[in-house]
Amino acid sequence: MLPMLKYELVEKRNWISEEELLDCYAIGQCTPGIIAVNTATYVGYKKRGVIGGIVSTFGMITPSLVIITAVAVFLRAFMDNVWIKHAFMGIRGAVCALMLNTVYTLAKKSLKSIFAYIMCAAAFIVAMFLPVPTVVIVLAAAVVGIVSEMIVRRKRT
Amino acid sequence: MIKTVLQLFWEFFKIGLFAVGGGPATLPYLMELTKTHDWYTMEELTDMIAVSESTPGPLGLNMATYAGFKTVGLFGGVVSTLGLALPSIIIIVLIAKFLENFSENFYVKGAFKGIRPTIAAIIAASVYQVCRVSLFAVTETALIPQIGPIILCIIIFILLQFKKFSKIHPALWFLGAMIVGVVFKL
Repeated sequence: MLPMLKYELVEKRNWISEEELLDCYAIGQCTPGIIAVNTATYVGYKKRGVIGGIVSTFGMITPSLVIITAVAVFLRAFMDNVWIKHAFMGIRGAVCALMLNTVYTLAKKSLKSIFAYIMCAAAFIVAMFLPVPTVVIVLAAAVVGIVSEMIVRRKRT
Repeated sequence: MIKTVLQLFWEFFKIGLFAVGGGPATLPYLMELTKTHDWYTMEELTDMIAVSESTPGPLGLNMATYAGFKTVGLFGGVVSTLGLALPSIIIIVLIAKFLENFSENFYVKGAFKGIRPTIAAIIAASVYQVCRVSLFAVTETALIPQIGPIILCIIIFILLQFKKFSKIHPALWFLGAMIVGVVFKL
């Protein structure tokens, strides 16, 4: 998505500088929510305030609404067709492969220290075997991260 | 129906508020919804992922639209998607207004140091569930492996590890898988 944002916002429209775009992409990634929406809100807000942020976000979500609704209507009409059923059995295999690959790439990118490995293993065990809501895991991980940074900082001083 | 619509909005608002790490991070929360509400089943969730991944637009937004549509129709899709986007609008506007150098902030950096490695783990646990219902026929007493989808899954996963194949758009993988599914009557 970043190359497209760069072409549209920086080169074609000149709304923000490339540096600002990278900043806003970084913010989009470290705030909760869909990264594309976060980026859209940020750019819109920078240009035209709250209204700008809301309008850009609406622009970002409209294609999803239209396309997905159309696909859903189509699928609802044909879901019981025997050929569509065979096709979806094939698709399930592909979905699993792509999701496994997403997890694998994500793990490769984020597991770069012993701390990260321990956090990852602990979260996996909790998510797999304990009836703990995901929200709780994420919040607990944030607290552990902040505490560990505080310990690192205290050791330095 | 109004109650369901309000529930949809609230549930997706919460997802937008807590799903850190973009689209795939919404998956664990979408899965929790199969347990707490009877809006869609795990099998339907797999189909939702396929549709969302093979159409343009961010995965999370597509999933919200599809889940909402499945539950209450067109209006449900709109409400869920707005619910998902609203926390972003609020949070980003607040950050842009009040916090300079947000991503350099000590507490933000600390929190993300903790959260980042757990995202892969949380998503992995959800992917396990997706694979369980997609690659196996789950009965009350046993898991019966579905040989066709399993073989297809392994082949595609191996191919994805090669640079040449990793750039192929998900829609093309699904198209190929559909053809395989029809030809071999999976």
